Amino acid sequence: MATTLAKAADGTQSATHAARIEHVSKSFAGPAGQQLVLDDISLDVAPGEFVTLLGASGCGKSTLLNLVAGLDKPTAGGITTDGRPALMFQEHALFPWLTAGKNIELALKLRGTPKNERRERAEQLLELVRLGGAHGKRVHELSGGMRQRVALARALAQESRLLLMDEPFAALDAITRDVLHDELTRIWRETGLSVLFVTHNVREAVRLAQRVVLLSSRPGRIARQWTVDIPHPRRIEDTAVAELSVEITEQLRGEIRRHGQH
Amino acid sequence: MASTDTTPKDAKDAGDLAGLEAGLDALETVQTTRKPFRQTLTQKVLPPVVAVALVLTVWQSLITFKVVDDPTKLPAPADVWQVVEKAWLQGELLGYIWTSVSRGLFGFCLALVIATPLGLLLARVKLIRAAIGPILSGLQSLPSVAWVPPAVIWLGLNNQMMYAVILLGAVPSIANGLLSGVDQVPPLFQRAGRTLGATGLKGTWHITLPAALPGYVAGLKQGWAFSWRSLMAAEIIASFPDLGVGLGQLLENGRNASDMAMVFEAILLILTVGIAVDLLIFSPLERRVLRTRGLMVKS
Repeated sequence: MATTLAKAADGTQSATHAARIEHVSKSFAGPAGQQLVLDDISLDVAPGEFVTLLGASGCGKSTLLNLVAGLDKPTAGGITTDGRPALMFQEHALFPWLTAGKNIELALKLRGTPKNERRERAEQLLELVRLGGAHGKRVHELSGGMRQRVALARALAQESRLLLMDEPFAALDAITRDVLHDELTRIWRETGLSVLFVTHNVREAVRLAQRVVLLSSRPGRIARQWTVDIPHPRRIEDTAVAELSVEITEQLRGEIRRHGQH
Repeated sequence: MASTDTTPKDAKDAGDLAGLEAGLDALETVQTTRKPFRQTLTQKVLPPVVAVALVLTVWQSLITFKVVDDPTKLPAPADVWQVVEKAWLQGELLGYIWTSVSRGLFGFCLALVIATPLGLLLARVKLIRAAIGPILSGLQSLPSVAWVPPAVIWLGLNNQMMYAVILLGAVPSIANGLLSGVDQVPPLFQRAGRTLGATGLKGTWHITLPAALPGYVAGLKQGWAFSWRSLMAAEIIASFPDLGVGLGQLLENGRNASDMAMVFEAILLILTVGIAVDLLIFSPLERRVLRTRGLMVKS
């Protein structure tokens, strides 16, 4: 549920968003006084929309995601989300003292799923990420790709309307990453989730998203947005994906170059 | 990419993907099998056995070649064995061991009950940690034998005195173990826990405590070593016939009787019991905790 809508006056779709980021700024205390990391970011994620946040290092994209997740508070501006969002990290962040299935069951327990339904629901979620039968597996027995899929299943167990992903596939090898892109697209289309996906990989952003938001660095501002209407299923080597990637990469390089000039 | 393909691209892709993923999973899954028994025997059991045999050989040759030719200084291994055998036949051996082990384990359990909430309190409340944290780590380096004289004066020559000395030795180890276990919980787990809704007490119960378990178990292991050492110090210094003869008293009795074989018997028994309790209780516990988390170093 949206909590406060202080600035709903100018909004045309006040209640129909999964996340609404309004004029958000964030600064941290640095060695040279207050350092502005995010500067006046406004961004809406519509229900069922897949948005990627793209930027070079230092653009504050992970900071923004933490703010949306509620792990940190903005210095200025406001963020409203439709319920508590689920968050997936670059590291799988699975708890090694629990089996794959019990990790998911813990998420279910914490959101209040009755005890007798948890096991079955966990099995269903593992099936969804094509890991049926991995319920009793220990985290260290799974490969990197499988761990991220269990982490995805655990995030889905929260049944949030919004899934936040912080470079979840960055540490995987290219083949596995490619497969997980397909997998994420499939699950997103099946579940109708809203996804806010942070990455520094342009092709990944184009391949997955309906909308790519480019952030400039230091401080992070929205530099430009692209709507991606390439039909699914997409391939990383599709010409349409490549062409748009080239265009976005040019812009991204321009943003980075500006920092070397002064 | 074949343009003549008549199946809808979507459905074909889904089938491809499942197969591809199954293949990747199979390729990337590491087979973790436990070592065969033979290998465990040659790599884990044999080396210490050989080392002990070597020590015995050196000991025996010191006697045989008359390097040390004074049984009041160095008894022969066979003499020590005879003393042990005699104590066994008279039914006293198990009595000595049981007196000490029961004291040691009871004292350890008491230390556990006190140190666990103390460790949690230290980990959670900054002020308490700032106040008594340094004292607690300092206590770890204080030889527990130093506590025997005051404990005797305060409590007299009785079992309570022994337990007091054990507690003063073991509580700091266990509490510090738990504390460092909590300190070493990766911040990522805390963040992941919070996004899942595990905050406050729920977070402590579901995330912090299980994540801190390896450090806690290491603390328990050290706590047992400290309990046992403290107890032996207490038994040796404060030997009093009415207390029942434990291994420490046995050592002290041997010294009073200038019976070097008995002294060796006591030292070997103290060593053996300390190692045995560790091997039977704490090492398996630690291995279990580490193995389930994939933290066992494969050698």
